[in-house]
Amino acid sequence: MIDPFYPAVLVLVILICLCFIRLILGPTPGDRVVAVDTVNTLTVASLVILGLIYREVIFIDVAIVYALLSFISTLYIAKYLGGEL
Amino acid sequence: MIAFILTFLLSLFVYLVLTAGSGNIGLWSASELTAGIVLSLLTAAVARNFLCRARNYRMANPLRFLLIPIYVIGPFFLEVIKANLDVAYRVITLRIRPGIIRVSSDLKSDLGIFMLANSITLTPGTITVDIDEHTHDLFIHNINVGEGEEAAPVIRDHELFSIADLPQWIRRIAE
Amino acid sequence: MIAEWLIIIFLVIGIIFNTLGVIGLLRFPDLYTRMHATTKATTFGSVFTTLAVIVYSISLYLSTIDSQFIVLGVHAFIAAFALAFTNAIGSHAIARAAHRSGILPSPAVVDRLKEAGR
Repeated sequence: MIDPFYPAVLVLVILICLCFIRLILGPTPGDRVVAVDTVNTLTVASLVILGLIYREVIFIDVAIVYALLSFISTLYIAKYLGGEL
Repeated sequence: MIAFILTFLLSLFVYLVLTAGSGNIGLWSASELTAGIVLSLLTAAVARNFLCRARNYRMANPLRFLLIPIYVIGPFFLEVIKANLDVAYRVITLRIRPGIIRVSSDLKSDLGIFMLANSITLTPGTITVDIDEHTHDLFIHNINVGEGEEAAPVIRDHELFSIADLPQWIRRIAE
Repeated sequence: MIAEWLIIIFLVIGIIFNTLGVIGLLRFPDLYTRMHATTKATTFGSVFTTLAVIVYSISLYLSTIDSQFIVLGVHAFIAAFALAFTNAIGSHAIARAAHRSGILPSPAVVDRLKEAGR
């Protein structure tokens, strides 16, 4: 009973590819940051599902660390955009 | 000193949850316990002034910690479901009327304002853009400003939520 | 049996809301409205796909009695928690920085923050 998880990961990867459209088009830097933030969220979600599919807890540990590091990088990009850095 | 102990306990708790199931002293192995205690001491020495900056130990009471899951599962989750159905409707129909409005609240402590801002960001049609640090007013981007609402200079915080009175809950937890 | 249906329902809800978030990112007219779509919808969707993983690991633990799966479930829960909190704070940081850098909400009926002069 692991079948529904494979198509879910497939859809998530397609959604990540769609986010790159906004990343390329985005008229302002802020739009690009929002697109990168969405890519990070979807990556964490697909990493958690992949960890279940392959039965490896280390995938989910990587997902936690990825979420926290992407949060810090978002904060720094935001500080740079707002001219506080 | 209290700040040091609280930071130590919090980081040790997080480390123990992350390494549960590694051995047979309780759920942990001896090496994991030693590493956890050493790392938590280091973390507490570095970060004690960040966690308890306001020197306000009201949140050390475990009863308040028990209220947070009740708050998240109960009223907050209902509002989040409503928010997502709302966003789904607006994505499909593109019927939006955006604007930045000013919202005043009675909450005074940093944690209360923080929880209110986060709750507003995840609930119906609103994102916190900026906070006035002196008067504790929030500037909120609303995706669908109601007819006539743009004329009011300030609106109250509980008018944003329709199902439950979230500011009342936050006041009970954080103040 | 109940667990299987629960997993499929959670996965479908999660995928639908993730898809709506990305469509909103592509369709909405300006940064702030795009942020509405991405913050709320993708956080909700990702939390639900993670819930499906947690339910599946619990049902695996009940059928095999292997503590590896309970560890997997606890870590997935921590990942969902970290995701929900960091997304809200990160979107607030982006919105504040964007307004400071001069990106104003382009269709807007009212802008109190600009009137407040900050």
